[in-house]
Amino acid sequence: MSHFLDRLTYFRKYAGSFANGHGETTTESRAWEDAYRSRWAHDKVVRSTHGANCTGSCSWKIYVKGGIVTWETQQTDYPRTRPGLPNHEPRGCSRGASYSWYLYSANRVKYPMIRKRLLKLWREAKALHADPVAAWKSIQDDPVKRRDYQQVRGQGGFVRASWDEAEEIVAAANVHTVKRHGPDRVIGFSPIPAMSMVSYAAGSRYLSLIGGVCMSFYDWYCDLPPSSPQTWGEQTDVPESADWYNAGFIMMWGSNVPQTRTPDAHFMAEARYRGTKVVTVTPDYSEASKFADLWLHPKQGTDAALALAMGHVILSEWHAQGRGDYFLDYCRRYSDMPMLVLLTERDGRLVPDRQLRASDLAGNAGEANNPDWKTVAIDDATGNPYIPTGSIGFRWGEQGKWNLEGRDARTLEAVTPRLTLLGNETAPVAFPYFGDGAPEFFNPTALGDTVTHDVPVASVTLADGSSARVATVYDLFLANYGVLRDGRTNYDALAPYTPAWAEAVCGVPRAQIVSVAREFGDNAEKTRGKSMVILGAALNHWYHSDMNYRGIINLLVMCGCIGQSGGGWAHYVGQEKLRPQSGWIPVAFATDWARPPRQQNSTSFWYAHTDQWRYETVQVKDLLSPTAPQPLSGQLIDFNIRAERMGWLPSAPQLARNPLTIAADAEAAGVPVPQYVAQSLKSGALEMSCEDPDHPANWPRNLFVWRSNLLGSSGKGHEYFLKHLLGTQHGVQGKDLGEQGEAKPEEAAWHDEAPKGKLDLLVTLDFRMSTTCMYSDIVLPTATWYEKHDLNTSDMHPFIHPLSAAVDPAWESRTDWAIFRGIAKRFSAMANGHLGKERDVVLTPLMHDSPAELGQTHVIRDWKKGEVEPIPGKTMPSVTVVERDYPNTFARFTALGPLMEKLGNNGKGMAWKTGDEVGFLRHLNGEVEVPGVEGKLARMDTDIDACETLMHLAPETNGHVAVKAWEALGKATGRDHRHLALPKEHEAIRFRDVQAQPRKIISSPIWSGLESEEVCYNAGYTNVHELIPWRTLSGRQQLYQDHPWMLAFGEALCLYRPPVDLRAHQALHNAKPNGHPEVALNFITPHQKWGIHSVYTDNLLMLTLSRGGPIVWISETDAATMGIEDNDWIEAFNANGALCARAVVSQRVPKGMIMMYHAQEKIVNVPGSEITHARGGIHNSVTRATVKPTHMIGGYAQLAYGFNYYGTIGTNRDEFVVVRKMAKVDWMDGPRITPQAADLRAAE
Amino acid sequence: MIELYDSFTAYLQGFLFGIYPYICMGVFLIGSLIRFDRDQYTWRSGSSQMLRARQLRLGSNLFHYSIIFLFFGHLIGLLTPHWGYEWAIRPETKQLLAVYSGGAAGIVCFVGLSLLLHRRLFDPRIRRTSTFADMAILVLLWVQLTLGLVTLPFSLGHEDAGIMLALAAWSQAILTFQARASELVIGLPFPYLAHLVLGMTLFLLTPFTRLVHIFSAPVWYLFRSWQIVRLRGGATARPGPVPRPGLAPVPAPVLAEQRPRVPAE
Repeated sequence: MSHFLDRLTYFRKYAGSFANGHGETTTESRAWEDAYRSRWAHDKVVRSTHGANCTGSCSWKIYVKGGIVTWETQQTDYPRTRPGLPNHEPRGCSRGASYSWYLYSANRVKYPMIRKRLLKLWREAKALHADPVAAWKSIQDDPVKRRDYQQVRGQGGFVRASWDEAEEIVAAANVHTVKRHGPDRVIGFSPIPAMSMVSYAAGSRYLSLIGGVCMSFYDWYCDLPPSSPQTWGEQTDVPESADWYNAGFIMMWGSNVPQTRTPDAHFMAEARYRGTKVVTVTPDYSEASKFADLWLHPKQGTDAALALAMGHVILSEWHAQGRGDYFLDYCRRYSDMPMLVLLTERDGRLVPDRQLRASDLAGNAGEANNPDWKTVAIDDATGNPYIPTGSIGFRWGEQGKWNLEGRDARTLEAVTPRLTLLGNETAPVAFPYFGDGAPEFFNPTALGDTVTHDVPVASVTLADGSSARVATVYDLFLANYGVLRDGRTNYDALAPYTPAWAEAVCGVPRAQIVSVAREFGDNAEKTRGKSMVILGAALNHWYHSDMNYRGIINLLVMCGCIGQSGGGWAHYVGQEKLRPQSGWIPVAFATDWARPPRQQNSTSFWYAHTDQWRYETVQVKDLLSPTAPQPLSGQLIDFNIRAERMGWLPSAPQLARNPLTIAADAEAAGVPVPQYVAQSLKSGALEMSCEDPDHPANWPRNLFVWRSNLLGSSGKGHEYFLKHLLGTQHGVQGKDLGEQGEAKPEEAAWHDEAPKGKLDLLVTLDFRMSTTCMYSDIVLPTATWYEKHDLNTSDMHPFIHPLSAAVDPAWESRTDWAIFRGIAKRFSAMANGHLGKERDVVLTPLMHDSPAELGQTHVIRDWKKGEVEPIPGKTMPSVTVVERDYPNTFARFTALGPLMEKLGNNGKGMAWKTGDEVGFLRHLNGEVEVPGVEGKLARMDTDIDACETLMHLAPETNGHVAVKAWEALGKATGRDHRHLALPKEHEAIRFRDVQAQPRKIISSPIWSGLESEEVCYNAGYTNVHELIPWRTLSGRQQLYQDHPWMLAFGEALCLYRPPVDLRAHQALHNAKPNGHPEVALNFITPHQKWGIHSVYTDNLLMLTLSRGGPIVWISETDAATMGIEDNDWIEAFNANGALCARAVVSQRVPKGMIMMYHAQEKIVNVPGSEITHARGGIHNSVTRATVKPTHMIGGYAQLAYGFNYYGTIGTNRDEFVVVRKMAKVDWMDGPRITPQAADLRAAE
Repeated sequence: MIELYDSFTAYLQGFLFGIYPYICMGVFLIGSLIRFDRDQYTWRSGSSQMLRARQLRLGSNLFHYSIIFLFFGHLIGLLTPHWGYEWAIRPETKQLLAVYSGGAAGIVCFVGLSLLLHRRLFDPRIRRTSTFADMAILVLLWVQLTLGLVTLPFSLGHEDAGIMLALAAWSQAILTFQARASELVIGLPFPYLAHLVLGMTLFLLTPFTRLVHIFSAPVWYLFRSWQIVRLRGGATARPGPVPRPGLAPVPAPVLAEQRPRVPAE
């Protein structure tokens, strides 16, 4: 009752003693304990998760008390795994546990914010123009007004605005842009739908309905390993983390599992208890090495050398000696190794050319359908060439023979293909060698630019009666590795790619290479493939990432590990696995209303539109192979333009004219639209935008960024974004090609004056004031991950689970769905009088998983050069007329359109009817009428409606659809796969189900692994066990890349390519001295420890645990050279820009590199740079994207474009920076410095 | 005018030294009690050692040891009845003892308090985390201590110890609720009066400041057992788990002496 009175018990509180009087018991009040009880008391617990791109996808309990989210703890109710396998829990990490800080933090965006100068202009314009579209036009038509707000982007100056005004400006800008420039000038960037798929779909649905462009991300983030589509025709497919436990031997190669895959790391520890041996491969001593039995540390960027040498050992000790039946059998069935390759004379040398096709043989070898796309092998029994089933020619145009049953396509007899022609005559074959020279800081091995090996060959009679020499991929493969075929080994020879050679290149002792390779192979042989390599961004971010990756993939294929439980290629970079993908696509890209949507590969887009190509230093001639079949000239941008022209890569904007105006012109000319476009392109009356990215007609005008921190995290070439796309203060130090007097591109139009400020409007949706928000014109407050309903999946585990609104969105924030729904409503109303029903001409590249992937054969013909006629969908992009109904955009946004019933649904080349599902959704979500559409449609008004729709349409969450999809695949393969889904046919997972508990998804042919009670999810499992072909040229794992550009750049087979010299640091080294010594270091940007994965580093709790601001890691040796002590401020800079950070001087880091965890926000404790006189930059201030021509190949089986599937990637690891201690740390606390003043300061 | 002034002075004298002491004592006792009961979490010294230890360590030790000495010095010196010591020590000697020992402690206290005050006002971390009351009470203590030191020369000027005796008489009269107690300090030099008023004011302010921690000085800690276990279901405790029907009642805790020894397994 009273604390005071309760204490007046001095004489009675004593109740007894114990422990010989050392302790006593009292009757004092224990009411104080209630304080602790109420501290942890709460009103409710709601299941949600974190929409970070961390792959964690951990289910969390969100605690709410008094209407406030108070804290979160890990959920522990995942469905149990089977006996003998550890459970998935606990899942979560410190970053996730600190997320609730964001909801009520000072950094929360609470209201719509608009750049003050823009709002002022807007209100003035509105006073003069009653029509908002006219008002926006009046601002954009006045260059002075436009520059007025563009030039202060990123320098503060936001004012609070109302939703009404913000929506009005956005809608007016969109209507104006669509009408004036074309819908493909409205761009949207949002990454990784798997982390919150409905929030992604909100924006992409709106954009797709108006004809805007959705930008890719997986390739731009450089998380996409192009080696995966090259080898498997698959974007990325990997084992779930539980499968690590089944492995016998694991290599963790450039993947820091405990730090960046924290919730999964326990499987690694558990695997070690089971006896799994773990070897880590990282240049730095990373946290992952605590799991390791052995730590290998090759020099950064030379991983391919190590992988090749290990392959050399395995090939020498197993394959070359005929040892290991399992390996040989696997390679015969599941790889292209038995396929034949033509050998051609070139410059007096015999070089490997393309793979032999049925069309090369007399009478097309009996194959009337797609003979160009059917590869050839030799029957081991008869020695005659035959056409094995399963190559990509069987996928399209016929049914029942696209499988890996190993039959002769003509007789359907089971045939064993001959792996090696050993015993035949041999011929000297030349292979390119790139290790001959290397940029500064890397070890060259002067062994010439080609290496010649004797390869067993056979002769084949071609269709024209001539005879040609051929070799199997297998024999070429072994020769390329430098493996002796006579039973001897040559490990100590300094020749590619022996262990001794690798030691010279990467620094790993040869004895370690040999012993690790032996153990890896030995384990794989004994366990039938249970050797696994876990790898990640560290290797994939190099310009020649394909070589690092293919080196490892080769190891796994030669040991039969791909598709085997406990084995394989475990690439974990980015939360790319959107499990219910094919149900989500109609919602996300509005394919229920119009097909196809506009999608663009971001790397090429940003490369062109931030004008990074104007500063390109990498020369194509330096990349080409000495055995290149044809002369290729031009610069990297030229290759990209050719690729877009030939329909290999997508374009955005597409044509140098408003695509809404073209259909009418075609009609007037009396020609069908596709033909009209082709003719106009040929005559030059119409141009593609890609040919002149700096012309105002081709600028992107409106950009939406949501669920992303484009300018604070992923924007390689950050300063170029600022300079050219945004037109604001920047730190670019280098000169462009024009200023340097260098050769100009061949295909791209050159303007001496580079554009500054291409974007009219940058709108960012976020819940926190990120670096991107700071640079935006309008910032819209979104709901946090605890304030909205959504869905989340990952490649690390097989469950689908939700984000749920534990509380309503705080302040004036709204969910992404509500925001885009609102913009759509405003847009629809405003469109009246400006836009009606319009015919939009859409260009689409030759898509992977469609018949167009057989678009172009092994001869490249460019219509622009008159080598071939422009034929839409064959030699140039497809041309489709899509009808837009602009005034009904909102009505369409909120209803599931009629095409689902009319055309059905599809995914990865399979199609099925979906009428039943749509019928069900009408009952579940209710019905709604849409003007212009007969009958009633299923409603999709709320975020939960959208969740239900996508889950009901997807095979992974609806058993009926799964059975239909397997049935569709069975038609192509001629095999019945339905047994994989029949046990779960009546299972349908709905939103409230996953709110109750994470649910395991249903096996579907969209993915190559199974969700079963017997095996863990593992990539390629159904290819190996269900004999479903990989979606490649040969239908097998494609180790030989025979496209002409692949041959030209020397990458038909995996080889070692040193990092490229980006020439960014040399010009600034000692050019602007500040009195401290300067050292050039390789700039490495690994993933965070103290940020929410790759995304957020402004969380106070995490900042408190680290150093509270930007940091870089350097070695003790380099630090001593530069006179830097731990925690000193340093500056890193090169031609691309500069950044300031504190130094962490650590033994972890080897000499010669500097590491900066990426996405450390510019808004947290970043001082001014001594080089740029602007605020000290982010990690991407010193990087620039450099595109690789082989990633632009399209229309060629597995080398065909798919959104986030194939295409250029934003590499940045080859970069060097100059590092030095800062002389003066300037916090720039004074008033804003105008760009003019900054120029003056810089000039001083 | 003069009458008015005199009557006001007399009134003020009567109020400050006859009524104000009771107001202060009342607020001090009742206020502290209320705060203790209502605001347990504010019952603390509000230490800022975590923010900056260096100056605190010296200042706080100097201040606390000397202020405790001064507090008990005043307590004993003023409240011991005349008959309680006159057989042992002459008032003059007692005054000398008080002046010298109190003076020494006062100087030590002055140094410590000045350190604390300087730190409180000029260390930016401490300043930012201080409330107005934190700073005000420290200033008042410093002024009070200075006033106390200022009285020392006056005391030495009255070797007959008359002032000391008058102050003791007044204190005892107040504590024993004697009417007209205020008359006992009429005519004392101003510093004494100011020291008295401010001293009483400090009592008045105590419940509203961090000074409440003087009640909770953990002296008992020196004499406690090694381990103390508060029993579940003690007389004034929050009820423990409520026995549910069908379940065995919660057993009373078994004290160590009675617990049967379990053989090690």
